[in-house]
Amino acid sequence: MSLSQERRDALRRDFPPSRGVEEIPSQDIPTFKVEREVLPELARRLKDDPQFDFKMLSDVCGVDWPEREARFDVVYHLYSLTHNHRLRLKVPVRQDDAVVPSLFGVWKAADWFEREVFDMFGVRFSGHPNLKRILCHPSFQGHALRKDYDPGQRWLLREGEQDEPAWAREVQEDEDHFETQVLNLGPSHPATHGTLRTVVRLDGEVITRAECEIGYLHRCFEKMSEQHTWNQIIPYTDRLNYCSAMMNGVGYVLAVEKLLGVEAPPRAQVIRVILSELSRIMDHIVCIGANLNDVGAMTPFLYVYQAREEIYSLLEACAGGRLTISYVRVGGLANDVPAGFEDAVRYLLRRIPPLVDDMERLITENRIFRQRTEGIGVMSAEDAVDWGWTGPCLRACGVPYDVRKVAPYLGYETYDFKVPVATTGDTYARYLVRVEEIRQSLKIVEQALKRLAPGAIITDNHHVALPPKDKVYTEMEALIWHFKLIMEGIKVPKGEVYGYTEGANGELGFYAISDGGGSPYRLHCRPPCFAVFQAYPHMLPGHMIADSIAILGSLNIIAGELDR
Amino acid sequence: MGDAQVGRPTLPVVGQRAAGPRVSDGSNIFLTTKLDHLIDQARKNSLWPFPFGTACCAIEFMSTIMSHYDMSRFGAEVVRFSPRQSDVLIVAGTVTDKMAPVMVRIYEQMAEPKYVISMGACACTGGFYRAYHVVQGIDEFIPVDVYVPGCPPTPEALLQGLVRLQEMIAKGETHYQRMAAAARTAAQGAAS
Repeated sequence: MSLSQERRDALRRDFPPSRGVEEIPSQDIPTFKVEREVLPELARRLKDDPQFDFKMLSDVCGVDWPEREARFDVVYHLYSLTHNHRLRLKVPVRQDDAVVPSLFGVWKAADWFEREVFDMFGVRFSGHPNLKRILCHPSFQGHALRKDYDPGQRWLLREGEQDEPAWAREVQEDEDHFETQVLNLGPSHPATHGTLRTVVRLDGEVITRAECEIGYLHRCFEKMSEQHTWNQIIPYTDRLNYCSAMMNGVGYVLAVEKLLGVEAPPRAQVIRVILSELSRIMDHIVCIGANLNDVGAMTPFLYVYQAREEIYSLLEACAGGRLTISYVRVGGLANDVPAGFEDAVRYLLRRIPPLVDDMERLITENRIFRQRTEGIGVMSAEDAVDWGWTGPCLRACGVPYDVRKVAPYLGYETYDFKVPVATTGDTYARYLVRVEEIRQSLKIVEQALKRLAPGAIITDNHHVALPPKDKVYTEMEALIWHFKLIMEGIKVPKGEVYGYTEGANGELGFYAISDGGGSPYRLHCRPPCFAVFQAYPHMLPGHMIADSIAILGSLNIIAGELDR
Repeated sequence: MGDAQVGRPTLPVVGQRAAGPRVSDGSNIFLTTKLDHLIDQARKNSLWPFPFGTACCAIEFMSTIMSHYDMSRFGAEVVRFSPRQSDVLIVAGTVTDKMAPVMVRIYEQMAEPKYVISMGACACTGGFYRAYHVVQGIDEFIPVDVYVPGCPPTPEALLQGLVRLQEMIAKGETHYQRMAAAARTAAQGAAS
């Protein structure tokens, strides 16, 4: 998992503390404190040296420590696909000189992540090609994730103050002296499924340049999580990727459980697996259905949406909500599944495959669909890794990276399932991978159902889980624990952790820092869509305007997760 | 139906041949009403929604128009993504300060008469996002006729909201109708 000792020694040999690279203790991933002067050289070495081979930059985020002299930390999380090890770099900077060299030249993935750090903390990245606000609107004043920013302070954006790419205002002619046209797609557009905006320059019907603007659904998840207790954040995580709410909650509580050192009981883990995989199916159904809908095939959406309604009914029976269910808790689940749960899951296992078969019969060999999608939006494996792609989109490019396999959680190593991989990396390949993942998820659910044994659904650690209600009413001690947990929240020991799970769109990371209090000091979500979508404007040039819609649908961009 | 009156024929009828519905004893009945009310009856059963879906509520909106819940049963099936072709704006999801000017522009572009349904806690009040980038209720910017609570509301709740809007249209209670009535009264007052 983590960087081996000899490699750490090699790193220390070439980058000794005298050069400003210093290893600092960490409880999960090897962590180095790096002076900003040496950062580009170190980054280049870590990427290119085969013994490190950190081809993927998973995440960049900022942390604010107002009482420290070097007020901000810029934190990088690196991952090597070949060695399956991870590394964390921390670059401290002072507030009056908050500039860090941009790593966009090393990993393209740094592009939007660095812009986000700039937007939220005001740390500038020298050499970044397009350093401007990304989530907040242009009239916003201040930097929202700084500790001294009032979470309720709003700034009004008026008509005409929206951001416009500079190149979109220029008049340009093509080589035949025809004027090219600038077209604005979104943020309210039927094919954007949420609030995404793309500005494209067209030569005839061919896109020559594109730029995306996001942040139209920036709901301040990270700031809000600093204002709430650890358990109160779970409803917020549901609304990240709302197509598969369960998986966000599971990813988040696994990170917190790692920090706490507790584990959910076996029954809770199995239920988490079952509902997570069903959520993955729902998510893929919406993605495929909406993608097909956008390219003109309405019928399959209606077919597979039935499966979604059936899964909703199951979730509603378990948790009371259909979409955003808030079913997980730190240490287990909110309540046990209802009677008849197993029969309901068995019914789903029978019900879903024929619906998927119906859709496949209509679409997979459909000549129109294949012509619309084959060879469209091609991404090479190397580029995809460089952009930080994960999940089905990366696997469609031929890289078999699945967190469930390389860093198993919830006992995924004990389930028999395959990771579907395609080779062509185009829109059609992404469709195929998702369809196959639906079938693999059904396989996992089937196996998990056999392991569902009676037992506790939440840990009995009274520092973490609420005591049973009947005890609260009858025993003094239980009442005290109940009171303390409700009023103060779970006390998570001081430390930091990067927890990562396989969400429907790829690696869903939660970087949590606790100062020992009842709410996180900092909680950063690494949304898989964010990395995927930053490559989208670079895929468009050379494609027709209609292709851009087909590509966008196949990437499965969920605005709630993208903008947080 | 407003101040419509149902009763025995009071208008002269030639040779008992007047067209129109008959009561059970065979005599004709007439229906007198204001033209506005008659048109409102037609409008309420042919709403064309503009789905301004931004977040989670948009997914539940999708469920509402799909075959299981089937909003077309209530005469609002023709979802249009062009504000020029729609008359009810369904704001489904969180609206942020960055998105608010877009929403206002779409509302202004819609043809009159127009109605607004605010779907979900975020659109109604900002929901649990009491935060630096979230509009605390879309009525900061545009008038709302029906608030549908829930996070997200179930499809049943949205359907009830739609039926409620239809009732309001029939009774002339929507924001647009009240403004129009007030403008008419003011114009009559000025004329006399």
